[in-house]
Amino acid sequence: MSQPITRATLANGLLVLLKEIHTAPLTSFWIWYRVGSRDEPTGRTGISHWVEHMQFKGTPRFPPGVLDKAISRDGGFWNAMTFLDWTTYYETMPADKIDLALRLEADRMTNCTYEVQEVESERTVIISEREGNENEPLFRLGEAVQNAAFRVHPYHHEVIGDMADLHAIRRDDLYQHYRAYYAPNNAVIAVAGDFETGQMLDRLRELFEPIPPVEPPARLYRPEPPPQGEHRLTLEGPGETTYLQICYRAPAGNDPDFFPLTVLDSLLTGPTSLNMFGGGGISNKTSRLYQALVERDLAVSVSGGLFVTADPFLYTITITVHPQRKAEEALAAFDEQIKRIQDEPVPEEEVRRAIKQARALFAYGSENVTNQAYWLGQAEMFATYDWFLNYLKKLARVTPAGIQEIARRLLRPQNRVVGVYLPSGGAA
Amino acid sequence: MNRNRRPVPASLPGPEDIFRVTLPNGITILARANDNSPSVVISGYLLAGSLFDPDEYLGLADFTAAALLRGTENYSMQRLYNALESVAASLAFNASVHTAGFHGRCLAEDLPLLLELLAEALRRPVFPDDQVEKLRARLLTDLAIRAQDTGEMASLTFDEIVYAGHPYRRPEDGYPETIQAIERQRLADFHRRHYGPRGMVIAVVGAVQPRRAAAQIEKVLGDWSNPEQPDPPPLPPLQPLKKTVERRVKIPGKSQSDLVIGAAGPSRLDPEFHAAALGNSILGQFGMMGRIGEVVREKSGLAYYAYSSLSAGVGPGSWEVSAGVNPRNVRKALDLVQAEIARFVKEGVSAEELADSQSNFIGRLPLSLESNAGVAGALINIERFGLGLDYYRRYADLIRAVTPEQVVEAVRKYLDPDRLAIAIAGP
Repeated sequence: MSQPITRATLANGLLVLLKEIHTAPLTSFWIWYRVGSRDEPTGRTGISHWVEHMQFKGTPRFPPGVLDKAISRDGGFWNAMTFLDWTTYYETMPADKIDLALRLEADRMTNCTYEVQEVESERTVIISEREGNENEPLFRLGEAVQNAAFRVHPYHHEVIGDMADLHAIRRDDLYQHYRAYYAPNNAVIAVAGDFETGQMLDRLRELFEPIPPVEPPARLYRPEPPPQGEHRLTLEGPGETTYLQICYRAPAGNDPDFFPLTVLDSLLTGPTSLNMFGGGGISNKTSRLYQALVERDLAVSVSGGLFVTADPFLYTITITVHPQRKAEEALAAFDEQIKRIQDEPVPEEEVRRAIKQARALFAYGSENVTNQAYWLGQAEMFATYDWFLNYLKKLARVTPAGIQEIARRLLRPQNRVVGVYLPSGGAA
Repeated sequence: MNRNRRPVPASLPGPEDIFRVTLPNGITILARANDNSPSVVISGYLLAGSLFDPDEYLGLADFTAAALLRGTENYSMQRLYNALESVAASLAFNASVHTAGFHGRCLAEDLPLLLELLAEALRRPVFPDDQVEKLRARLLTDLAIRAQDTGEMASLTFDEIVYAGHPYRRPEDGYPETIQAIERQRLADFHRRHYGPRGMVIAVVGAVQPRRAAAQIEKVLGDWSNPEQPDPPPLPPLQPLKKTVERRVKIPGKSQSDLVIGAAGPSRLDPEFHAAALGNSILGQFGMMGRIGEVVREKSGLAYYAYSSLSAGVGPGSWEVSAGVNPRNVRKALDLVQAEIARFVKEGVSAEELADSQSNFIGRLPLSLESNAGVAGALINIERFGLGLDYYRRYADLIRAVTPEQVVEAVRKYLDPDRLAIAIAGP
């Protein structure tokens, strides 16, 4: 947390962030592209995620199957993720082997070939990924709720995309998407770990600076109009378990409202850890909603989810309803708690406790270079790295009055979608 | 990248930096300091697993472990979790076949508190009626979710085939009817009988001096005794399959089927364990999930995930290939996997493939030991399987010493293409 950060922009517009951490002989390299599911028009949903898959299919220099073996051989791991606003690729390697990651990412920024037969074989892999997701009631419910929450803004569809588009997208669509968005001036490199900054920067210049910039397409920007009232929806499917999701429109990550909402979420559903890799979270049995729902036998679990996004997205509370109860009973008890936090000022002590929890969870995340590099880049996708550096400071400034204000303004029925997954019965 | 200025690189754990002591009451403590971290991780186990569960109360050990934090003589559940969560500490218990395990984490300054709560939960749980019922509702919901999970149901069915007639055939989380049958008193009795210091192991890793950590543990657990504690029952021998057995579980309404194909594997204590682990890497791990990933995912596009895994504990382990496929493609995927296993058994592995996986095993060691939790897991392994305090220092040599012939021998010992267990769960 206290190590200095080096921030540099290469001549082609590629932003580089470097953070030396010498506690273990490991380095984590990340490259982030400003392209995600929100950049997909109807008919092309899922294309960013599919492009991410295609990036593992090789280039003339690193043919298919060569890289995964090379990385495995060095004892590293690599992967990629596609989200609403971004797509990212990373390699965490023994520090003396990290150069492979630099070479491969420089190469696949422009040189992937997208062979037709590879596209076709990946089509069925991705369809299989979606079918696996569809096995999960909470995926189905989350998708329905997200669709209902966004009619206009391209946050309306799941990252994996709709089945119709997964059948329809062709090789050239994928290749064009790749060539349009994968450019140095649309990317951020983040490296954390056991390296020397000067040497790393020189090497990055050598490998990445020759790649010419490309003007990426303007970002789809269709702001969601204010909601006209509460949406409710019901989904039916196999199983015996009822799930309830309540999704409020939430501020973007760089909105000042994000911080009081983070503390509010912590009070309602327990603190959420920022640690994507390692560190883990803690239980939430003393949170207000656990007490009101689980302790009163209305639910068996409750959790909150608040994502950092570039545009306003959703704050989601997910409740697994008690087997002997109905979703409406859990929702009524939930609403009582929302009213309580809107009507009664939160004790100062409860706020201080939430901030102490956030501080500890933040410290746990510092153990892991992959997590450190993740935040170095992720913060740049919706703000700047200062967001991460100032995270605890901003949380510490949250006041009981601020929490009450945000609860009154955001947690209104008019600002939410309520979704229920109703099990079709015990036959299954 | 940086060879010249590395301030105190974290070395692999070894005899001079692992502190190990066994208290007079039988608790073994392993500790290692990590001054680069602000936190401490604890991890450990007791010999109180589901092996002791009567069939009609299967899930008893798991239920008991999960109930330990639901109230003790000195702490209500509310007070206990308030103490933990207020300082963002975590503590959780679970049970597996042989052991009840625990894991915790806290900032260094809160270690005495975490250890006190650990000792409370282990020594003085009271199993309050209302909390037992809440927990039961939670466990029954988990089982209802399990019944809908194609991966879990395939895996459970696989165990029933491979471990027929052996205690490992039973799921440690039980069945709805057995969880319903467990009365509160039964939890208290299970705890009274099976929880005790003999055979207990605890690892502490992080920003604390090992001797100080050991003294803190001794303070809260050193005077614990339980003369009743029985020895775990001996494991019966496992009967190998006489032919391939295939079983399907129908879960209507699902869009994907899960497959598990394989056989019993080596124990962690078997001399061929490393050879089998390297073989498994070649079969279904290395690169993009080894040969299985190559055939099922890369070449045929049949599955998002397809890999093999080896799980090895103190008893017979398992060696299984797993994949999630469209229900229409189940037979095709099974044929591909079976053909790949047959080829693996017949042709063995090349020297190059073995060298790749050896290099992977050795190279990834620093990564697996990066965090306190990773080191704590390593210390627990050392103790549980008697690997020796210098195991991670010897590890590279042990891995390098494995030959292609030894891998083939291990593969042939455990995998027989004509005697596989095949479990399928889906619509």
